[in-house]
Amino acid sequence: MKKLPKRINLTLKIWRQQGSEKKGHFETVAARDISVHMSFIEMLDSVNEQLAMEGKDPIAFDNDCREGICGTCGAVVDGRAHGPQKATTLCQLHMRQFSDGDTIVVEPFRARAFKVLKDLVVDRSPLDKIMTAGGFISVNTGGAPDGNALPIAQEIAEKAMDAAACIGCGACVAACPSASAMLFVSGKISQLALLPQGKPEAARRALNIVKTMDVCGFGNCSNHRECENACPKELSIVNIARLNREFFKASFFSDET
Amino acid sequence: MQLDAHIPAGPLTEKWDRHRFELKLVNPANKRKFEIIVVGTGLAGASASASLAELGYHVKTFCIQDSPRRAHSIAAQGGINAAKNYTNEGDSIWRLFYDTVKGGDFRAREANVYRLAQLSNNIIDQCVAQGVPFARDYGGLLANRSFGGAQVARTFYARGQTGQQLLLGAYSALVRQISTGMVTLLARREMMDLVLVNGQARGIVVRNLINGVLESHAADAVVLCTGGYGNVYYLSTNAESSNVGAGFRAYRKGALFANPCFTQIHPTCIPHTGDHQSKLTLMSESLRNDGRVWVPKNGGDIRDPQDIPDKDRDYYLEQKYPSFGNLVPRDVASRAAKAQCDAGKGVGLTRCSVYLDFADAIKRDGRENIAKKYGNLFDMYELITDDSPYQKPMMIYPASHYTMGGLWVDYNLMSTIPGLFVLGEANFSDHGANRLGASALMQGLADGYFVIPYTIGGYFAGTTLAPVNTDHTAFKEATQTINDGIAKLMSINGKRTADNFARELGKIMWGYCGMSRDEQGLNKALTLIRELRAEFWQNVLVPGIDKDYNKSLEKTGRLADSLEFAEIMIHDALYRTESCGGHFREESQTEEGEAKRDDENFSCVSVWEYDGYDKAPKLHKEPLVFENVELSQRSYK
Ligand SMILES: Cc1cc2nc3c(=O)[nH]c(=O)nc-3n(C[C@H](O)[C@H](O)[C@H](O)COP(=O)(O)OP(=O)(O)OC[C@H]3O[C@@H](n4cnc5c(N)ncnc54)[C@H](O)[C@@H]3O)c2cc1C
Ligand code: SF4
Ligand code: FES
Repeated sequence: MKKLPKRINLTLKIWRQQGSEKKGHFETVAARDISVHMSFIEMLDSVNEQLAMEGKDPIAFDNDCREGICGTCGAVVDGRAHGPQKATTLCQLHMRQFSDGDTIVVEPFRARAFKVLKDLVVDRSPLDKIMTAGGFISVNTGGAPDGNALPIAQEIAEKAMDAAACIGCGACVAACPSASAMLFVSGKISQLALLPQGKPEAARRALNIVKTMDVCGFGNCSNHRECENACPKELSIVNIARLNREFFKASFFSDET
Repeated sequence: MQLDAHIPAGPLTEKWDRHRFELKLVNPANKRKFEIIVVGTGLAGASASASLAELGYHVKTFCIQDSPRRAHSIAAQGGINAAKNYTNEGDSIWRLFYDTVKGGDFRAREANVYRLAQLSNNIIDQCVAQGVPFARDYGGLLANRSFGGAQVARTFYARGQTGQQLLLGAYSALVRQISTGMVTLLARREMMDLVLVNGQARGIVVRNLINGVLESHAADAVVLCTGGYGNVYYLSTNAESSNVGAGFRAYRKGALFANPCFTQIHPTCIPHTGDHQSKLTLMSESLRNDGRVWVPKNGGDIRDPQDIPDKDRDYYLEQKYPSFGNLVPRDVASRAAKAQCDAGKGVGLTRCSVYLDFADAIKRDGRENIAKKYGNLFDMYELITDDSPYQKPMMIYPASHYTMGGLWVDYNLMSTIPGLFVLGEANFSDHGANRLGASALMQGLADGYFVIPYTIGGYFAGTTLAPVNTDHTAFKEATQTINDGIAKLMSINGKRTADNFARELGKIMWGYCGMSRDEQGLNKALTLIRELRAEFWQNVLVPGIDKDYNKSLEKTGRLADSLEFAEIMIHDALYRTESCGGHFREESQTEEGEAKRDDENFSCVSVWEYDGYDKAPKLHKEPLVFENVELSQRSYK
């Protein structure tokens, strides 16, 4: 039988910022009597409950599914996007990863393209903008051929699925020294370039997406591989190599401009 | 009120074709004159927005999250059904139709369900064309698995992330329409009210969740795709922002609400361990294909599960249901787990869970093969509980998961308010009293891709719409009412936060209107809810200010709706004295303790009309007529 879960006390050094135009600062907040079975988000809930009772403004942070799939949560914890545990989103990071008495530094995802909106909340809409530039196959509803009309080798389908597993959290951008969105972008480009359905538009897609990435203020990939380490879904930088290939092909061998 | 479902005449198999032919069309050049508001970007909302825009309508799409891709459809794991019969097992549109009607315990409309089964095949084709990476066999064709106890393998899947991949497919279609300018996306907006002009739905007022400002948007029709209300129980498998608000506010404006007490409690979730917990994570149903459910024979047996020999274990599902065993439907499995725990045989810290054991499966198939099938679920379980299912049985318990009830809609998916359409989990249409696994994704996409594009045209072609813009007094009035409501909430300045109240409401609902219900308990719940609501309006604490990013305020507003809505659920559960599907009335069971329907009196949809604050809602009924299936008692023995 299980014992009662251990409870710990922590000190948070946490980023507070009233709005995107205001200056931010670190604030020290105590997190008391935290069950080690809490997720990081539940720990923040408990701190916020405390702050509210004290008449203070709770810490603003985004979250939704709390099961690691929607990509809404995210913060830099002790210098690492989504915190110290590999392949884990902030909402799935549990407090047993920390020890009683620890001081934890918590900051928003920082990048030129992501404006801080409040405390840990950032504006990641540029990621949607990138997808709007070409993260799709141009097919209208209706008139699709039978699902089995076009066989796709199992290993290709599996690779496409690997690339498609991205949850759009933006941790790769926050982890990258150049704040590049290459890993995020490469997931979608790879998925669609691997599948026969996506091939007809591959060149246009690669060119438009890369152009939009620049316009949105994301940096260039400098091969630091920090993105791969931070990615909660373990997207591989093999996808970036594939993206570069697609972009190269499109720039030199296609009529698209 | 006479409820007319507008079910087309003719044989079941021809109704949809005939209806599509009879629906009036909007001339292509005229389509661009119409503006449509879509609220929600889950499978239903994203697919509807994209398909309507492709036809030439102007669409404005709203969601609470910062990106449309984050709607809670993203979390669906198991798969999506279709009647393709790729496996040659004898599946057909008719069989999928029949299974769905029967699974819903004969409380859904035949015509709607048949259309759903028909459209299921188009959905798979559409998704493949979009580049959804479904699992495939060695030969490169689409793979299928059997799910939720279905006798045929008709479930299509993308690893354990089917909802994610389907939603990203619909999202890709949506962003493509954003790129052409046909869809305007407004994320981080919460619909606060529906606006009616001349009795027709003509717009909404939303709150901008970044700065708290209220914004008005006018349109020619409004399509709600706002998901389910499982969070009324506080702990559920739903996301934090899943809520009943949009539907409830439409209800207050005159839309009728159908079968609110039909909720689905999923048997395999990570159990409740303490008040810090904010959700109960789903462990996919597929685990029951290999896991064996048991509890110790003697309550209070505190040995480690591995040390309890077989003779001291009670594999109660296998015992009680020899032919279905661990694969009985969700409602049956959930109730059985509850019965064990109520009898004092539960395990775990709170003695409120049962074991789901993989030891035999690992012995039989090898650890590697089990890891291949369930590896990521096992990892997720270990991340949350710190126990490895490879070494110890999982502990699971039922949790609120899905809501079959929803706004009442006719065959065209239009509510009782002209011009207000409701799609996906937010409507009540297809699952009766119990939804089968892998059928919600199917319904959301059928509604959005293949039903609304036709039926909304029929509405526009047959209606006169006065020109309306946001200067209309109806928008001003709605804005004023919302502002007053927010000011009221902010001014109470009490001592309990919304989370704190929501947890208490959840406990009431779980205790008296959860897996089993009886008259006495339901009446008690009514009193408790009213007391809690009264306290809420005296004692809620909303920190911060309203013209700001303020999660506490968002949660408080949604809770205010839940506190009223919970009462409608109770009224519905009280009215329906029969048991059916997920609705189990203690007073109505067979000798063996199974749900006993009362077809003579309750072969109907119970539909509720708002009658003012603190007043009991008014009941209407839509009779259900079964011409094509024979009503039978479900049996899984
Ligand atoms: C964990 C889990 C696993 C599941 N697995 C399966 C499965 O394997 N197979 C299956 O068939 N079904 C499954 N289901 C059920 C299925 O996922 C849902 O029923 C379905 O996805 C609902 O889709 P939807 O489009 O109706 O709503 P949702 O996807 O919930 O979307 C709701 C949308 O409405 C928006 N919204 C809500 N209120 C407002 C408001 N007031 N203002 C503005 N926007 C608003 C939200 O922002 C969101 O965009 C699962 C459900 C859960 C919770
Ligand atoms: S690539 Fe990984 S880190 Fe980047 S957005 Fe996708 S899931 Fe997040
Ligand atoms: S809240 Fe959804 S991934 Fe963390």
